[in-house]
Amino acid sequence: MAYFSQQLINAVTLGAIYGLIAIGYTMVYGIIGMINFAHGDIFMIGAFISLIGFLICAALGISSAPLAILLVLLMAMAFTAVYGWAIERVAYRPLRGSFRLAPLISAIGVSILLENYVQLAQGARPKPGGSIVSGGYTLFTSDGFGVRVTWLQIIIVVVTVVLMAGFTWVISSTSLGRRQRACEQDMKMASLLGVNVDRTISLTFVMGAALAAVAGMLFLMYYGVVDFFIGFLAGIKAFTAAVLGGIGSLPGAMLGGLAIGLIEVFWAGYFSSEYKDVAVFAILVLVLIFRPSGLLGKPEIEKV
Amino acid sequence: MDARLPRMLKDAAVTALVSLALGIFIVGFRTYDIGKGLTFDYQLVDLGIAIVTIFFGRLGLLLASTGLKWPAFALGVALGAIGASPLKLPSGFLHWFVVFAGIIIILRTIWPWVDETTSRANRSPTGVRAGHVAAKWFGAALLVAAVVLPLTPFADQQMMDLAVLILTYVMLGWGLNIVVGLAGLLDLGYVAFYAVGAYSYALLSTQYGLGFWTVLPLAGMMAATFGLVLGFPVLRLRGDYLAIVTMGFGEIIRLVILNWVDLTNGPAGIGSIPGPTLFGAVFAETAPAGHRTFAEMMGIPFNSNQRLIFLYYVILFLALVTNFFTQRVRRLPVGRAWEALREDETACRALGINPTNTKLTAFAVGAMFAGFAGSFFAAKQRFISPESFTFIESAIILAIVVLGGMGSQIGVVLAAVLLIGMPEWFRDLGAYRMVVFGLAMVLIMVFRPRGLVSHREPSLRLHPVHRRGSA
Repeated sequence: MAYFSQQLINAVTLGAIYGLIAIGYTMVYGIIGMINFAHGDIFMIGAFISLIGFLICAALGISSAPLAILLVLLMAMAFTAVYGWAIERVAYRPLRGSFRLAPLISAIGVSILLENYVQLAQGARPKPGGSIVSGGYTLFTSDGFGVRVTWLQIIIVVVTVVLMAGFTWVISSTSLGRRQRACEQDMKMASLLGVNVDRTISLTFVMGAALAAVAGMLFLMYYGVVDFFIGFLAGIKAFTAAVLGGIGSLPGAMLGGLAIGLIEVFWAGYFSSEYKDVAVFAILVLVLIFRPSGLLGKPEIEKV
Repeated sequence: MDARLPRMLKDAAVTALVSLALGIFIVGFRTYDIGKGLTFDYQLVDLGIAIVTIFFGRLGLLLASTGLKWPAFALGVALGAIGASPLKLPSGFLHWFVVFAGIIIILRTIWPWVDETTSRANRSPTGVRAGHVAAKWFGAALLVAAVVLPLTPFADQQMMDLAVLILTYVMLGWGLNIVVGLAGLLDLGYVAFYAVGAYSYALLSTQYGLGFWTVLPLAGMMAATFGLVLGFPVLRLRGDYLAIVTMGFGEIIRLVILNWVDLTNGPAGIGSIPGPTLFGAVFAETAPAGHRTFAEMMGIPFNSNQRLIFLYYVILFLALVTNFFTQRVRRLPVGRAWEALREDETACRALGINPTNTKLTAFAVGAMFAGFAGSFFAAKQRFISPESFTFIESAIILAIVVLGGMGSQIGVVLAAVLLIGMPEWFRDLGAYRMVVFGLAMVLIMVFRPRGLVSHREPSLRLHPVHRRGSA
């Protein structure tokens, strides 16, 4: 029971991180129907900017952890968002109206480019980040096994929930959110009604990248180590989460992230940790075969 | 002064500012691991030079695109000269960066002129004829060159190694071209079938002592079976989902190979795999019992190059089989159904083509050729491990197909020479190879989405050029 509870706490934490990345996939897919293959690498960029941000904070003598986290969070969101914007502008926007697979191939190119750019600039070895927040709270002890929730896990879940609530509000009740939903439903009609489609799509990428940056910072704090290749696996898992939840659906992405976190942690905890990634890939394949619209998605009707 | 200048300056400044925001953390601060924890140092001077270069580079491109040829040309030459000068920039990379900026501006400046001249030449009567002749004979000339290459004086060991490598990728590209180019299915897990072929040969030869030529068809069949089994459930999916699922399969197979230590020896890989034989003759200094060496058979002195040249002809043969098969199958109903499916799936369904079965054949045939290439790879390397079958390998093969112009056979050859050969010739660029790779994929999609060789001979004409047609 104690082991189960501990695994559950770890799974929810991991699921929160996946959920944040998954939102980026789901928003972009919802609005322009493309899989932003490079999103996982944007997450990696976010993690690296956070790493360097923490180092700069330490060099500047900012010793208060909450202040440092807040500063780094804002900085990582802002600068990673520039990556999201620039990538959309350079690699995806010129391809609107090209053949269907063109944006996906371009996205694979961006992904390779980002990984190797970071590898060149920062080196291939994993970077230890050190622990910024330590300590925790023991919930209960049974059979000599203490179930612990760390402050960091609490921070991760709280930040995720707050951001989720904020973004749900943005999508559902602001003018930007209305424009995004209009573009999602019918891009041509939206542009006829005076919505600046290009800008709306750009802002979608900016929002997705900012959330990925938050996920990157939380990942760095949670695991304490980053390298240039973390985006690949995390990206696929988050994409699986988005598909599982129903791609295009915001609550679906969160739910899917949670589900993937649970599957991964429990598979590793109870079966074999070597095959935990295989389990996640298998889920992706199974969902796409049997329920391509996911848990909360709407079935897609193919029109001629 | 031109009135457009302030606007161009502003645009260039914005570009430089965005680059600054992109580069400030990742490039500006380089982190180092010092035993316990990280530290960093500044590379702000490097970053500054790069940003200034980007500013002038963007300005030059804008000048060129608004028709201000001479200022743009002068700017390009100036940048090129600065980069090539013995001026002490902080790193060798920056020299290259500045030179490239200059070259790109110059190319952009002369591009309209080149474009117009070539298109005028292509339209002129002699140009049209020359184009036809070139298209007809280029492939044949390339083939002849490939056949005689080992007999020429250039064929030293390094050259032959590279040629074998390039031909392996040509074969993989041609195999993937069936799936991506003809049937229009984006397969991001192609390397999985390559791995299946390689491991089939490695295991059957080291465990059961089977020879290369016996295993080759088996490996192809094995890979094709994998293609059928994996393809069957997923081929109903739409293009981009299919791409992601095939990538998932590719990773699953790699992870299984990595973790199934009893069968595959896991990350340590399989070693001492026997090479291919020629009518039972082995290519080694001394033959194992029951065999003789090629040198003995032919009565010539042993030379270590013989093995490489033999491998070269084997892969050339395999690649040509792939090409020949593709050319032929395009004329069969199934090949036409592939291409029709690529163009419009809904229409195909309305005409009674079963999309799932049609896609499945393309998938399995593509997988089979990957299986052949895989067992050749195992026989050539004599050692395989899961390291050789990562996603990046799939991406490289896909890049070759995309760069070559999806569906174009000769394009694949050019792209393979360009993408595999270039980095080997320019060893200095080694570290930057993958960056250039990714960038090239993006730029090709943006500027030439149809690839280097965008012309593709239609396999079927609605109005046949000669005689009464009843197609």
